Amino acid sequence: MNEVFPRGPSLLTRLAVVLSFSVIAMFVDTKVESVSTFRAYLTSIVSPLQYIADMPGAAISWSVSRFSSRQNLLEDNEALTSQITLMNEQLQRFVVLQQENKNLRTLLDAPVQQEMHKMIAQLMAVDNNPYSHQIVINKGAIDGVYPGQSVLDESGIIGQVSEVGTTNSRVLLISDVTHAIPARISRNNVTLIVNGIGDVNELSLEHVPHSTDMKEGDLLISSGLGNVFIQGYPIGVISSILRDESQPFAQVKITPSAKLDRIKYLLLLWPKDIAPEDAVSAEELRAAAELKDAQ
Amino acid sequence: MRSNRTFIFITILIGLILQIIPMPTQFDLYRPDWLLLILCYWAMALPNRVNVGVAALTGVILDLLYGTALGVHSFALAIPIFLVVANYQRMRNQSILQLAITIGVLSMIYHLLIYWLQFWLTSIDFRWVFLWPSFTSILLWPWLFWLLRKFRRKLGVS
Repeated sequence: MNEVFPRGPSLLTRLAVVLSFSVIAMFVDTKVESVSTFRAYLTSIVSPLQYIADMPGAAISWSVSRFSSRQNLLEDNEALTSQITLMNEQLQRFVVLQQENKNLRTLLDAPVQQEMHKMIAQLMAVDNNPYSHQIVINKGAIDGVYPGQSVLDESGIIGQVSEVGTTNSRVLLISDVTHAIPARISRNNVTLIVNGIGDVNELSLEHVPHSTDMKEGDLLISSGLGNVFIQGYPIGVISSILRDESQPFAQVKITPSAKLDRIKYLLLLWPKDIAPEDAVSAEELRAAAELKDAQ
Repeated sequence: MRSNRTFIFITILIGLILQIIPMPTQFDLYRPDWLLLILCYWAMALPNRVNVGVAALTGVILDLLYGTALGVHSFALAIPIFLVVANYQRMRNQSILQLAITIGVLSMIYHLLIYWLQFWLTSIDFRWVFLWPSFTSILLWPWLFWLLRKFRRKLGVS
């Protein structure tokens, strides 16, 4: 090893080259749209590392599932059965309401709302950088995931797909500081924009006049304006409104409906015309349930 | 010599995996900078092998894994490694305690650079929480140093 007479370019030259490359890469990556496919390609190359990092967690959850006691399983089963019964009751009323709504809409010549196709994805337990709220899920381009796709959990909107790799993709959460989602209040259809503030338990509304009709406890649902999110899914509930007249706008805090810090299974949504074959619609689910009952 | 270089490669790979391995949220804030520590060790021990270029390359991979803008971590890793390579002879003569403090300072530089670049790209607020990994890095450094040196001597990596 030759330490006294180092070979190659001098250290400062190397540093200058590396730093200028980094700055150019940062600029191109954030300002130029067309490189995102190139980035997705690179992400697929490094995804084996993510799978390796995921392994210890997966092994633990596997062994937990192997060694969970019979008593626990029975309790779980009971809880789930009662939950299904309660939900089915709601669903029965929902089917009637849906039919009624469809009929009314056809009477009014209003467009009938499309049914969504869905697919369940799982969180890959990969940690991300502390400066932004993103997660990685185990569905990618081969499953038909597309950038901008809406992602939900069982109680509300989680976020949108920001980057698609071959077998996994990255989801930007609604709590990220760079994220905003068009919403409306379900009570009176006032449209608003919900911003993330970098806190998984809190979102905020910005630039809302003091006179806007809103109360604590109002439910905000996605409005579908902006053509990114699918309309009609819950975002959160207004938790506090501070109407300080010395400020230009009211300060409104929102508690998200989805449990953004406890994500395990998620739901990907497709409009009917671009849905991949694996995605199921509500009708197919119902047909499958009936088939099971018949057996 | 092939196998010896492979060892450097493997340690860097392990560093990358440790950097993204999931941890409970309350401990996640204290995650030590595995990759920076490993790169610092190699830059100090074998500056002709691990230099600014290697640091930048692993930084790009870290960017891809973290989903940050490409170049953020390569920029932030290149500068501390530059400082190590420029002063490696001085650092080799430091006692283990002095060295740990030096590493702590380098780690703070690394975190402040990441914060600064992120602030430039998407405005975020500074919180002291961002510097906590530097303290766990100081605590980790003596053990990691001892382990890597033991393996380096045993395998004759040069």
